Amino acid sequence: MAIAEAPNSIHRGHGVVRPILMKGNEAMAEAAIQAGCDAYFGYPITPQAELLEWMARRMPELGRVFVQAESELAAINMALGAAATGARVLVSSSSPGISLMAEGMSYLAGSELPIVLINVVRGGPGLGSIGPSQSDYFQATKGHGHGDYRVPVLAPSSIAESVELVADAFEMAERYRTPVMILADGVMGQAMEAVVPVYRMPVRQPAGWELTGAADRAPRVIRSLHLRPEDLETHNRHLQAKFTAIAEREMRWAGECLEDAEIVIVAYGTAARVARTAIERARDGGLRAGLFRPISLWPFPSSWLSSSAPDLRAIVVVEMSAGQMIEDVRLAVEGRTPVFFHGRTGGMVPTPGEVVDALRRAWALTTPKRRPSVLDEIAPDDEPDPLSLIELGAWAAARRCPTRRMAGVTRWRS
Amino acid sequence: MAIVTPDPRRIIYRRPDLLTNTSTHYCPGCGHGIIHRLVAELLDDMHLGPRTIGVASVGCSVFVYDYLAVDFVEAPHGRAPAVATGVRRVRPDAFVFTYQGDGDLAAIGTAEIVHAAARGERICVIFVNNGIYGMTGGQMAPTTLLGQRTTSSPAGREASTAGYPIPITEMLALLPGVSYAARGSIADPQWVGRTKAMLRRAFEVQLAGGGLSIVEILSTCPVGWGMTPIESMEHLARDVVRTYPLGVLVDRPKDARTVAGQA
Repeated sequence: MAIAEAPNSIHRGHGVVRPILMKGNEAMAEAAIQAGCDAYFGYPITPQAELLEWMARRMPELGRVFVQAESELAAINMALGAAATGARVLVSSSSPGISLMAEGMSYLAGSELPIVLINVVRGGPGLGSIGPSQSDYFQATKGHGHGDYRVPVLAPSSIAESVELVADAFEMAERYRTPVMILADGVMGQAMEAVVPVYRMPVRQPAGWELTGAADRAPRVIRSLHLRPEDLETHNRHLQAKFTAIAEREMRWAGECLEDAEIVIVAYGTAARVARTAIERARDGGLRAGLFRPISLWPFPSSWLSSSAPDLRAIVVVEMSAGQMIEDVRLAVEGRTPVFFHGRTGGMVPTPGEVVDALRRAWALTTPKRRPSVLDEIAPDDEPDPLSLIELGAWAAARRCPTRRMAGVTRWRS
Repeated sequence: MAIVTPDPRRIIYRRPDLLTNTSTHYCPGCGHGIIHRLVAELLDDMHLGPRTIGVASVGCSVFVYDYLAVDFVEAPHGRAPAVATGVRRVRPDAFVFTYQGDGDLAAIGTAEIVHAAARGERICVIFVNNGIYGMTGGQMAPTTLLGQRTTSSPAGREASTAGYPIPITEMLALLPGVSYAARGSIADPQWVGRTKAMLRRAFEVQLAGGGLSIVEILSTCPVGWGMTPIESMEHLARDVVRTYPLGVLVDRPKDARTVAGQA
């Protein structure tokens, strides 16, 4: 008797790899193991504890290194030591723990050491809550510790995507000799979703800088201290050239229903999942909304937003924060289109209904941009008075247009 | 009876191979130069150079990597034992040591040293205690003697407000993960020799698969102490040792109950 194949199965070799249900934290941990992670250092904190627990069981099984450190401070510095020898290293924590790791991130960036750091973000500030949040966007993208440096930040919006991004993060870390952060909000850590357990292990490149003991070669020193200002400026110029190269090559984003969109939601992670539902409802109600979903938060994928902004009627930024990414959106848009915001904080997740309201509000407070489009069958003078919101529902019902399926993901990668 | 004349060409004192041929940035009378030399001599003698990964810490001795010709990674302030843990765990065959001052190890880095010791990490800790923050200009450290004047205890250290000196090596000696703990000094040639023997023992303990080994070395900071180099050596030999008694505290390479890195 033939067994019905699960919808997302992947044919591989002679067999079929079927999706399995995995918790986000565990899926990311296993993805790191399959990507060839040699050592993991961590400290328990909700909502990422399952990641540490998965590593505690799996790493010794494979003869690899697992250490539960006495603090996040120690964990990141153990990672620094292991990475200095050329090992592939993973560290994970959640917001308050990431603050403690900020010191280490600065030293890792200054010493040019590759590690992958997963932040399963919870509500803040302070001890905050253990609910999912995106309130660490500033911390992740604008620098954690002191000094002039940048760290690539990748934000998954599904557990399957987080599995892919973990492998990508190791590859990027080693290619550019830099720490890379995965910014996964609490939902991405705690939710369970179908994952096709097909993993990727980035090829190991000989590093040539790693500490192995100075046998038959000159001693190597891995450092971030350059006391002479001239030397430190030279080092900083080198780092900045690297950050420029990363910014040019590593912008990543996904778009949905952007082709005919008059209002675009910009959202990442779990907020993008909510936005997707809201966009379906808005389209049912006649409002042509689309989704622009940044995957790399630094470098922020500003090019599409920048070039499309003049054609858009409005942009609505949806975040699980009081408004952090919106600053990068505004920088990309440069005032050429109105930017609205809807956010929830403290571990609250916006509802699709709230986001639809935000779209309607943005629509009501703006006027259409004229752009030639075969899809643009509604003349602007058909529109109601933007201030009479009462008319809006009836008008939208008359303008009902079919929902476009959320296929058409245009993911750009260098 | 034939009289044996010593060969005048026999070298009895020379620069160790692993000590770089450069002048140091240390102040006259500072103990780091002596201690660097001891470490270089031992790494030479024990043929450890090609497998050594050192961890430099923050303080005057951060530049130890300019003077010892082995691989080095620089740790943030106080974190050297955590960095050394990372190195040790992924490089089981390496010889790993940290070189830390008292401001680094006994203040900001207490959590890292205590837990590396508790885990019995197979690393050597060279802990240079001169009772002061030398690099930043001579402020009070947790190891500063009672009554000692520093730039941040201008009237002398008062126990009522600044507490007491920390006998950190004695504290660590309580932990079963510590296989060797000793306190030496560079106050006179005799103690320089004994301290070298302590370092040798600490290195051997690591090579034999023991847990953490620590040698605290009492040292000088003539500039920070406001003394001449000779006065500072006399002060070290006469006064400092009353707060920090010299000797071996623990030597139990086989008794250590937790030995990390030993599968």
